[in-house]
Amino acid sequence: MSEIIVITSGKGGVGKTTTSANVGTGLAILGKKVVLIDTDIGLRNLDVVMGLENRIVYNLVDVVEGNCRMKQALIKDKRYPNLFLLPSAQTRDKSAVSPGQMVKLVEDLRDDFDYILLDCPAGIEQGFQNAIAGADRALVVTTPEVSAIRDADRIIGLLEAADMKSIDLIVNRIRMDMVRRGDMMSLDDVMDILAVNVIGAVPDDEDIVIATNQGEPLVGMGTRAGQAYMDICRRIAGEEIPLANPAVHRSLFFRITSLLKKA
Amino acid sequence: MNLFSVFRKKNSGDIAHRRLKLLLVADKADCSPEVMQMIKDDMIRVISRYMNIDTDRIEIQMTKVKQPDCDIYTPVLYANIPIRDIPDKGIY
Repeated sequence: MSEIIVITSGKGGVGKTTTSANVGTGLAILGKKVVLIDTDIGLRNLDVVMGLENRIVYNLVDVVEGNCRMKQALIKDKRYPNLFLLPSAQTRDKSAVSPGQMVKLVEDLRDDFDYILLDCPAGIEQGFQNAIAGADRALVVTTPEVSAIRDADRIIGLLEAADMKSIDLIVNRIRMDMVRRGDMMSLDDVMDILAVNVIGAVPDDEDIVIATNQGEPLVGMGTRAGQAYMDICRRIAGEEIPLANPAVHRSLFFRITSLLKKA
Repeated sequence: MNLFSVFRKKNSGDIAHRRLKLLLVADKADCSPEVMQMIKDDMIRVISRYMNIDTDRIEIQMTKVKQPDCDIYTPVLYANIPIRDIPDKGIY
């Protein structure tokens, strides 16, 4: 039973593409057959984050317009035998593809893959409508910032209006030092505002920047963000893994500091 | 009391949380946070004439409810105003 998952956020720059790359790679590490589709026509980036930018011959628009067969456009990731990328077109715009064409494209892939991941462009216009059209499930990426959460709330409303069957939230770039100081919203705060299931919390981690520089997703490696992404992949695949709740750390921290103050 | 002196005492994470809660309600009801705060302040002032209320725990919320006889959703203002006690002033 394959699943078509759109990774979206509304706001740009919150980590949709990084999340797509890491969730796709993580699911492939778990033995699933995965295709990543970059739906950001005109601003393609998933290829470079994945380190596959030099292997593009055909793209999503070529497939839709019939310039090539699907098999010719899919790039096989040599590091993970189950992982494929369908890159976006760089010299076209969002109007090159319609929601109906996207539905057909993903349905054509359904039989061959366990997971079809759609990296959605920022915004709520046609690119977003194209990306969500064929999806069974949505992962909404946000950060603990007012702008990103407001946009996530709007996106969740739009996904619900579009009858999305399942909506999960990923809270990205949490800085525990700032949460402990009270200068960043905690996971609990975000959950309180956005009444939607949280499927993962990813710490803000320098290793993400390093991994992106190298074109190498860090999921499964021994970093905090890599572990967080792997937990998300396991939850997507149906495993029960409890969320590490930052509020627990916070109260522990305060308990220790208050003990120190008493001493 | 100056509004900003209240803000400085709190952590900025709490400020973000509180602002967002107000903002998202306003986004949905097409009503600005300032207006919501004014409604809240006025309600506190009026109701306080008749009973002691817990002003810190008041929750007001704009939502939409489907009318029973037609397909129209009308906005509804819900207010949750915890009462501490009702003084006996002989008005009842």
